[in-house]
Amino acid sequence: MSLPVLLFAVVATVTACSALGVVLARNVVRMAVWLLFTLVGVSLLYFLLGAEFVGATQLIVYVGGTLILIVFGVMLTAQAPLREIRTRPAEWLVGGLVGALLFGLLVAVSYQIAFPPSTHALPSVAPLGLTFLGVTDASPTGDVTGVPNGVTVPRTPVAYLLPFEIVSVHLLVVLVGAAYLARAKRRVRS
Amino acid sequence: MSELGIQPFLVLSAFLFACGVVCVASKRNAIGVLMGVELILNAANVNLVAFARFNPAFRLDGQVFALLVIVLAAAEAAVALAIILNFYNNHGTVDVDSADELQG
Repeated sequence: MSLPVLLFAVVATVTACSALGVVLARNVVRMAVWLLFTLVGVSLLYFLLGAEFVGATQLIVYVGGTLILIVFGVMLTAQAPLREIRTRPAEWLVGGLVGALLFGLLVAVSYQIAFPPSTHALPSVAPLGLTFLGVTDASPTGDVTGVPNGVTVPRTPVAYLLPFEIVSVHLLVVLVGAAYLARAKRRVRS
Repeated sequence: MSELGIQPFLVLSAFLFACGVVCVASKRNAIGVLMGVELILNAANVNLVAFARFNPAFRLDGQVFALLVIVLAAAEAAVALAIILNFYNNHGTVDVDSADELQG
């Protein structure tokens, strides 16, 4: 057993057990802690796949930003009766059944996908940044899917500048909207 | 990495996705539902990065999509928490079963 396989086994086990902990924990504070371990495990998985920038972004944005937001939400709403809201057994049954069915379906599908074990490394940060700036096409050699057999459609040499701008403006608008929604309402009465 | 195929990553991602779906379906705390959504988004991200690693025609696109999903997940969490806090201020609870005012 080589080092990558061993590392993947360890990281995948930790991630899967933490995800199971999120599902099974009743206390919402413990759920947040299990979610923290899951997110860190997923970021380690990105490092293992060679996508360092995505892994670092996962650590900074998800673990450092989104999870802090969730923990604040937990702290602001965790009154004693609300900290543990019990789920009815019937709901566990239905939810578990749906989850098991989906898991089986996805595993069956994923074993029909065959890619040769990859030897090339993922591109580093510089091509990624140039793609976001619209300088280089992300996949100039990729096939365009959904065309009839025998027809070759040239790819448009467009990179991801427009999605990048849309996402940034979207983030700004959404954060302003969230601040407006969550503001204190006491000023209205006085 | 040479002998590790794409299947282990896809199976782990499927497991994360199933956990997220069960979380969304069975939790009654609204913040628990939000955590389930985060799990589902992470499962999709693992898939995207794994395909970027193993499909040569998808090397940059997978990472780009994963980064966009991470940013959109942050925005989604902010709005969802704002809505949950508003609901908590108005109703004094975060139980999703009590959000039934639109029932006919």
